[in-house]
Amino acid sequence: MFLDELVGNGGEWLKGTGPESDIVISSRIRLARNLSEFPFVRKCSDSDKSAIESRVAEFINQDSKWSDPVCYHRVDEMNDLDRQFLVERRLISRELAESNGARSVLIDAGEKFSVMINEEDHLRIQAVQSGLDLTETWHRINAIDDFVDSCLHYAFHPRFGYLTACPTNVGTGMRVSVMLHLPALVMTRELEKVFRSLQKINLAVRGLYGEGSEAMGDFYQISNQITLGKSEVELVQQVNEVIPVMIEYERKARDFLLRESRDELSDRISRAHGILQNAKTISSEETMHLLSSIRLGVNLGLIEVDLPTLNRLFLQTQPAHLQKMVGGRLEIADRNIQRALYLKKSFNIDEN
Amino acid sequence: MKCQHCEKPATFHITELTDDVPEELHLCEEHARAYLMQADLKEDDVPSIAGALAQHLKINEAAEQLAKLDQQACPLCGITFYEFRHVGRLGCPHDYICFEDEIDPIISNIHSATAHVGKKPRGAAEGTDKRTELIRLRREMEQAIQVEDYEKASNLRDQIAGIEES
Repeated sequence: MFLDELVGNGGEWLKGTGPESDIVISSRIRLARNLSEFPFVRKCSDSDKSAIESRVAEFINQDSKWSDPVCYHRVDEMNDLDRQFLVERRLISRELAESNGARSVLIDAGEKFSVMINEEDHLRIQAVQSGLDLTETWHRINAIDDFVDSCLHYAFHPRFGYLTACPTNVGTGMRVSVMLHLPALVMTRELEKVFRSLQKINLAVRGLYGEGSEAMGDFYQISNQITLGKSEVELVQQVNEVIPVMIEYERKARDFLLRESRDELSDRISRAHGILQNAKTISSEETMHLLSSIRLGVNLGLIEVDLPTLNRLFLQTQPAHLQKMVGGRLEIADRNIQRALYLKKSFNIDEN
Repeated sequence: MKCQHCEKPATFHITELTDDVPEELHLCEEHARAYLMQADLKEDDVPSIAGALAQHLKINEAAEQLAKLDQQACPLCGITFYEFRHVGRLGCPHDYICFEDEIDPIISNIHSATAHVGKKPRGAAEGTDKRTELIRLRREMEQAIQVEDYEKASNLRDQIAGIEES
């Protein structure tokens, strides 16, 4: 499978299907794992990194071992555009894209899981599912982890659990996260308050692309902060318990907006639609912002736009996706023009 | 190195792990104390390695003890405690054993727990000590090759192969 084949579709996490998918975008779990016989990645020599990469690839880069077809890519042999493309699709992290030495990623054709090799830890396994279904996501990643465990020797300590390069990940090595679309809580300025209460119960809030990324398009990820002292199932449960509360808050905020300022809201959504259909040049940030309003409008029945198309646009209007679609590198100014053209085309097709 | 806030020498080198990019602070004893006390007050923040160390070592004795601790190195990967504090990342799985006394309070501060519950890998019972030993053997082999001691390198290669196959 070539990366170019992925360009045209939306990826598992933005499919917009599954339970509560008007608010819950995706459920994701990642496990950090290390091999006991090598230093952690930051202390690896070039030959260590190559040895880890080939050792892991030997076992996992085989179609026969997986129920779905998989593809394996050497990230160090890729060009910048392809790396950024995989970051935008959330198949690799920025850290993997930007580090150096032998490193790679295994991706399944449905983009429901990926395995990063030589990120901060030797292995970062992640599974993702559209909508809210952490239990299913856990079952899937647990099976993948069992398989990798049967091939390799994980670093494990009887008391500290799975050993990781950073002590903040030790124990289960597990990060459970749910991505939510919270435009109404943003508009009503209630988000800060909600997030502060989440921090008190050891849950972290991040933007669309993880730590340090601003919340583009009103997408937020909620995840567990601690990884030790609770079992995997308990960690899943901890996040699972708070999501219905978040959904409830967002629905209340949406009801409030509909009740108190329906005309304003409706105006805002129609304007967003108007700009996206008619702009001649538009940045990626503005696009995300406006798409977010339209997504809210569709879910509230204030505007009719095909939801899968809309979800796909969140991804395809990002810089690397756009450049791959037009078939080459573009300067920012040209990207903004191409983005406007692409949006115009997408919305018009949708209406015919 | 001078303290970031005054002209005194910086004897405390603190790495905060609360953000994506570790933040480094170089402080004299006085400013370090002020900083750590302030860090203790910020309850809502994620517990930091600095805060945990401050609790572990009494501040007054800290400078001297820390200086001694900083020199300790892992026999397998060679990382010093100073380097760990500096970058906020450990060097190899064995660090959890050789720095156990120091890492224990850090872990308990971050996670409010000291023991793993949950999944275990298949080899959990026999432990990973034998395989982590490969880290040292490979390092020694590379060093032997560098000084062209091929006999030693070849012996090490055999030892490595023996463990790898087991």
